Amino acid sequence: MTDSIEQIRREALDALREVTGGGALTGWRSQYLGRRGAVNKLFGAIGGLPPEERAAFGQRVNALQGELSRAFEERETLIQSQLMARDLEEGEIDISLPAYPRRQGGLHPSTRTHREFQRIWADMGFQVYQSRDVEEDEFNFSLLNLPPHHPARDMQDTFYTTDPRVLLRTHTSPGQIRAMRELGAGGSRPIRVILPGMCYRQEQVTARSEIQFTQVEGLAIGRNIRMSDLKGTIAEFAKRMYSPGAKVRYRASYFPFTEPSMEVDVECFLCDGEGCRVCKYTGWLEIAGSGMVHPDVLRNGGYDPSQWSGFAFGMGPERITMLKHGIQDIRYFWANDLRFLRQF
Amino acid sequence: MLVPISWLRDFVDIDVPVELLAERLTVAGLEVAHLKYIGLPQQSVPGVRMPTSDHLVWDREKLLLARIAEVKAHPNADRLVLAMVDYGGEELEQCVTGASNLFGYKDKGALDPPIWSAFAREGAEVWDGQSDKPKRMTLKGRELRGIYNKSMVCSEKELGISDEHEGVIVMEHEGRYVAGTPLADVLGDVLLDIEFTPNLARCFSMIGVAREVAAILDAEMKYPSYDFVAEGAPIEGQVNIDIREPALNPRFTLTLLRDTAVKESPFWLRHRLKLIGQRPRNNVVDVTNYLTFELGQPMHAFDYDKLVERAGGLPTIITRLPQPGEQLETLDDALRDLGAETILVADTAGALSLGGVIGGGETEISAATRNVLLEAAAWNNISIRKTIREQRVHTEASARFSRGVHPSQAILGCQRGIELMRQLGGGVIASGVLDVYPQAPETVTVALPIERVSRLLGMDVRVEQAAAVLRRLEFDVAVDGDIIRATAPDHRLDISADPVVGQHDLLEEIARIIGYDEIPESIMADEMPPQRENIAVLLEERIRDALVGQGLNEVINYRFTSRESEALLVPTGLASSLPQADYVEIANPAASERNVLRHTLMINMLETAVNNARFQKTQQVFELGKVYLGTGDLLPEEPLHLGILLTGLRSQPWWGGGTADEMDFFDLKGVLESLLHALHIDDFSLERGRHSSLHPGCSADLLLAGERIGSIGELHPEVAARFKLTEAKLLCGEIEVEPLITHHRRLHTIEALPSTPAVLEDIALVVNANTPASEVEAVIRQAGGRLLKDVLLFDVYTGDQIPPGKKSLAYALTYQDESKTLTDKNAARIRKKIIGAARHRLKAELRSQ
Ligand SMILES: [Zn+2]
Repeated sequence: MTDSIEQIRREALDALREVTGGGALTGWRSQYLGRRGAVNKLFGAIGGLPPEERAAFGQRVNALQGELSRAFEERETLIQSQLMARDLEEGEIDISLPAYPRRQGGLHPSTRTHREFQRIWADMGFQVYQSRDVEEDEFNFSLLNLPPHHPARDMQDTFYTTDPRVLLRTHTSPGQIRAMRELGAGGSRPIRVILPGMCYRQEQVTARSEIQFTQVEGLAIGRNIRMSDLKGTIAEFAKRMYSPGAKVRYRASYFPFTEPSMEVDVECFLCDGEGCRVCKYTGWLEIAGSGMVHPDVLRNGGYDPSQWSGFAFGMGPERITMLKHGIQDIRYFWANDLRFLRQF
Repeated sequence: MLVPISWLRDFVDIDVPVELLAERLTVAGLEVAHLKYIGLPQQSVPGVRMPTSDHLVWDREKLLLARIAEVKAHPNADRLVLAMVDYGGEELEQCVTGASNLFGYKDKGALDPPIWSAFAREGAEVWDGQSDKPKRMTLKGRELRGIYNKSMVCSEKELGISDEHEGVIVMEHEGRYVAGTPLADVLGDVLLDIEFTPNLARCFSMIGVAREVAAILDAEMKYPSYDFVAEGAPIEGQVNIDIREPALNPRFTLTLLRDTAVKESPFWLRHRLKLIGQRPRNNVVDVTNYLTFELGQPMHAFDYDKLVERAGGLPTIITRLPQPGEQLETLDDALRDLGAETILVADTAGALSLGGVIGGGETEISAATRNVLLEAAAWNNISIRKTIREQRVHTEASARFSRGVHPSQAILGCQRGIELMRQLGGGVIASGVLDVYPQAPETVTVALPIERVSRLLGMDVRVEQAAAVLRRLEFDVAVDGDIIRATAPDHRLDISADPVVGQHDLLEEIARIIGYDEIPESIMADEMPPQRENIAVLLEERIRDALVGQGLNEVINYRFTSRESEALLVPTGLASSLPQADYVEIANPAASERNVLRHTLMINMLETAVNNARFQKTQQVFELGKVYLGTGDLLPEEPLHLGILLTGLRSQPWWGGGTADEMDFFDLKGVLESLLHALHIDDFSLERGRHSSLHPGCSADLLLAGERIGSIGELHPEVAARFKLTEAKLLCGEIEVEPLITHHRRLHTIEALPSTPAVLEDIALVVNANTPASEVEAVIRQAGGRLLKDVLLFDVYTGDQIPPGKKSLAYALTYQDESKTLTDKNAARIRKKIIGAARHRLKAELRSQ
């Protein structure tokens, strides 16, 4: 009987080495380790042995069962990994085939820039104040210190409506007066707002000029607003909008509704100030017009200019978007060619 | 305005490189757009960047001032001469030249006085005078018709001064230089091209710019002499002035020069005028132009004898408004009808010129003029602006008067102008200046406490420092403790008499000259206004995000359109559903198809769709923008609308499969419902659409809390045909945004997530074909009650297996109880209730499986 154990062992292990598939493996297991398998038969034979041999024989059959079980598991693992390897190999695809074209929506580039502006200014306490597009001449000009026939009116070609008192705003500045009158409580409360919106000018439509464009204007009014605050605020904006190390240059300038007035240039972010075609080799890009709110404008907003002061600034999102993305033609903005819009 | 640095140096010593000066002028508000170099090298200044100039730099060894001692005939050529040139060398150099302006001196022997010119030695680099395009060349020795030549007398073109190549430079010499002086020291120059903002009217001249330079560099201003040698009879009695509109013509001055000669101006004057782009004419007219630029005071010269002739004796200059129908022929040969507000210079015989704008032809200076009457006047700038606009005439004079020239300058112009004319043309100046000055501007003195300067600038400024800056700008300054009392100089009109505005005017001057760079950057320390969210803006952004998330692109269109364009949206014979409001009409539209502001987003969205259709079959876009509805009030309402437009394929064609189905009504409905879901608006419903621009069978109106706030649907086929948008269904919708903002829920509660299993079941109901699906679903939901969690319509069938006039709607139902696991028995009970309700209320039959 002892011989039969060894014989079965050898036979089983030899057979297992030949097994390559799942089905054969199951067959092997029932043949040797199954209920009616060879090992169980050996257990059944224990009863027929002389009592003194039974214990030793039983131990050997146990050992055989253990060995075959382990061999089976090993073989099973091996076959499974071989099968897995084959499946993986067969599952190979051509990853260079085109992807499924998921549809991607997108914001208009002007909206994207406006959002960036609004986020930065909101951090500095400036809230959005929305004003109207169709304005009274008085709000667009006279109340902003631009009386009829003022030379600076020539700087802005205006769309008038058939009612000569009414026009399309040429800048967001009339909103300054409306914000002061609405939020200022008769010139008794501080204000910090930005005024975004569409503006209109009667110009030839070219790659560089459009009849409508967006602007963002900021206004801060308080009892102690200083020109240094204007510089600090704009510098902070430039750092957040362009780069933490953005250098800023301030130039004296003229706007009827601010005094002192200044233009703000930021070091060209395309050439790091080294000079390139876009910055006309000056190393500077003009980003904002700004200044201390003119006393007459404060008065028109309901404030006493000897007690209150303020600053204002204005920026053109389309221009900044054009600079950032190398857009050569401003007409792209309202033409809404999807081939353009999908690039953002 | 072009400002030659050489001309500026007449009035102020400049000890910094011109590049640095340009930068400092720019930051002080006089923007130098670019520098034009003549002969001088471009210098690099740390911190200042500018485009590299590709001009010709004159070699100091090889390009020299030279004296032409004699001009001889060329033995072999009629069209060439030999110039004998003294360039400071050992002996005269013989130079072959074809310069036509030297032919007149041929064979005249030694020239006395000699001609001075620019001389290029062998090896010098110059521009090729023969080339049409800029081309450099280096002088080499060669034979010219048998005579060896290695040098050249130069034209302006060859040196890069101007395009002139008719002859060589011929200048008189004032004895300042000797032959052989580097040409760069004589004619080398840099021109600053300066742009003036409207507040800088006072700077619109060489002296005006020089004053700024003097203030910026803290240098001394050197004014020209305004003395004149008057040896003639008093001017009184030779001409009269009669100002009839002192508000429009606050000052008028005249001087008279008799027995002068009209001829070509000397080189220095012609050269300066040409440098700044002016064409020299004759010594009299050139002086008037010269002073326009030097002093900023435009001048006009009359032929005195013609005035006498017109008057038939003693002339009287009258400034007045035109008579009805009056006309004037001006120097530009235009016969002008004169508007009622145009101020004229006239005499007793009629109009002579448009005051401050342009002269008339009849009394202009000619070669025969002997006696010159010189006018310098002051004009109201707004009146001049009106004339410019009305007459469409722009001159150097009108450019200055329309910005404002202080009347104090007029007499200076007369004094300097008449003396220059005397020096150039000879003659005798009448004694005195005839000066009528009915309206002098008030002298403005501003009191400025230094504390206000420091407080508004945010930096400490000492009272003496501020006073010094203002003195540099020629203010008359008295310091009274901590208060500066500054009186504006008499060339400035821009300092306000309003106490607070005047303070800001001075503040700007102080800050500008100290330098904006000196002002620190600070953080606002002032009281912060209350921070409140702008709900409308927040919602607008949420709407944009929701639609972008669904794969739509945002568009922003022109807000302009025309009535005719919007009328295209309404099919023939239908009443328009577009807003019945007045249009905001543009008086001066950019184009006739953009002459009103839109009532609807649809029109421009459709036009955009047409444009995009050339390149894109599938379009999914939205616009969030205002429409403009006239109400009869002065200003229109500007409600915000949302427009959505879809067309093309539901999914993109792909090699891996998928459908090529076209989008239809239900795609747009899905976009809308997803949007409303994102805004947590559930109080809405859709009704069969009534919008005239949409397909009546394939459109819906959106109702929010019972109010109709917009429509969606397939574009009406007639409208689609008009726009040639018939290739695929075009779905579009327009919704008022304001109600979305008022109805959106800022807070909403979340349902708990049950852990019990759900029971799923399908049910197919056969109902009348005209029963709306929404009604069937409502009946199912109501009957299903609390435990019916979801109803999903997955099939709509009509056809053979269904009786005519009926349709089958198949639903996947989800039952679930949060508190316990549902049994089949529970589920069967719900199902029974649903079927019962459907039978009873919809006459529905269960479709046999
Ligand atoms: Zn650059």
